[in-house]
Amino acid sequence: MNSSPGSAAPVGHDGTAWVIIPLYNEASVIGDVVRELRGHFSHIVCVDDGSTDGSAAAAAAAGATVVTHPVNLGQGAALQTGIEFALTHPTAEFVVTFDADGQHRVVDALSMLRVARERDAAIVFGSRFLDERTKPGVLKRIVLKTAVWVTNMTTGLTLTDAHNGLRVIRRDAAAGVHLTQDRMAHATEIVLQLGRTKLPWIEYPVEVIYTDYSKAKGQSLLNSVNILVDLVVR
Amino acid sequence: MWIQLLLIAAIIVLAVFVMRRTGSDSHLALRRILFALFVIAAVLSVLFPQWLSWLANLVGVGRGTDLVLYALVVVFLVFVFTQYRRNVALQRQLTLLARRIALLDAREQERDGAAAAEQPTAATNDSATLPEERD
Repeated sequence: MNSSPGSAAPVGHDGTAWVIIPLYNEASVIGDVVRELRGHFSHIVCVDDGSTDGSAAAAAAAGATVVTHPVNLGQGAALQTGIEFALTHPTAEFVVTFDADGQHRVVDALSMLRVARERDAAIVFGSRFLDERTKPGVLKRIVLKTAVWVTNMTTGLTLTDAHNGLRVIRRDAAAGVHLTQDRMAHATEIVLQLGRTKLPWIEYPVEVIYTDYSKAKGQSLLNSVNILVDLVVR
Repeated sequence: MWIQLLLIAAIIVLAVFVMRRTGSDSHLALRRILFALFVIAAVLSVLFPQWLSWLANLVGVGRGTDLVLYALVVVFLVFVFTQYRRNVALQRQLTLLARRIALLDAREQERDGAAAAEQPTAATNDSATLPEERD
């Protein structure tokens, strides 16, 4: 549980899981996020999506591998780039998608990896609605539940949470992900494509930490209109 | 009658400019035929305004100018749609291109890092943390 940024490979490091963080203008928090992950994972990949605030430098200084988009493309595109980068490494058994704004807990990611191995699940979706730890506001809950409903209608899966950035995806399942929705609708698209792999999946309760920072940066009610339009109009 | 000359000249110049833009797909010929028809219709409606009114009456529209407006609305919607489709296709190409560059860059960095880690004394001896060096 120690997070010492200096040491190269502390005991208990997971060398087979690659953490993928889509990164866009999160310079104030990305360093801490990477440093905390470094205590448990040896491969942390930040896909810098054309940040203009020095996010890439902050991530690199904290010890992440930085893959840089020459122009801003969107979170879905960054996620796809990260997955493809991880899969070019034969040692990558699992891909862990993680948000840059510090709203996920590293212990949740570790538990999800353990569960994936124990129960032989190819995909573990994090869900904030499986227990009572996460406290979204009423409005946020409505937006998220609508997104869940749309996702379940589109994908045929029965998830309790959508647009949760914390996922553990095994190599064989990750190879089936080819995101074409560059913007936020990718959160539904990734569920759709993972579902099509027919590989075993489970949901796992995670806590989403709503800080003032993530609240300010998070999806607004208006953005859910964009998500719906992106999904309907192709 | 100068207005007729000016309008026809403008339409022809426009036609030449649009024709020169090659879109490199098989629909190009079809687009050109449709555009030629459009130009002929435009020239005719300038020369014989009453022809437009006759056509309008035929399809149940009061005036020729109303018919032009309706046609314009339809053409505009078609334009918006085709531009949207083209935009999406372009964005897709841009994404793939940018991803390719990003992955090539990252691989190069990894190779440099690995090479530096293999021979730490040969290149530089002032830094002990070469594998972590990135820009």
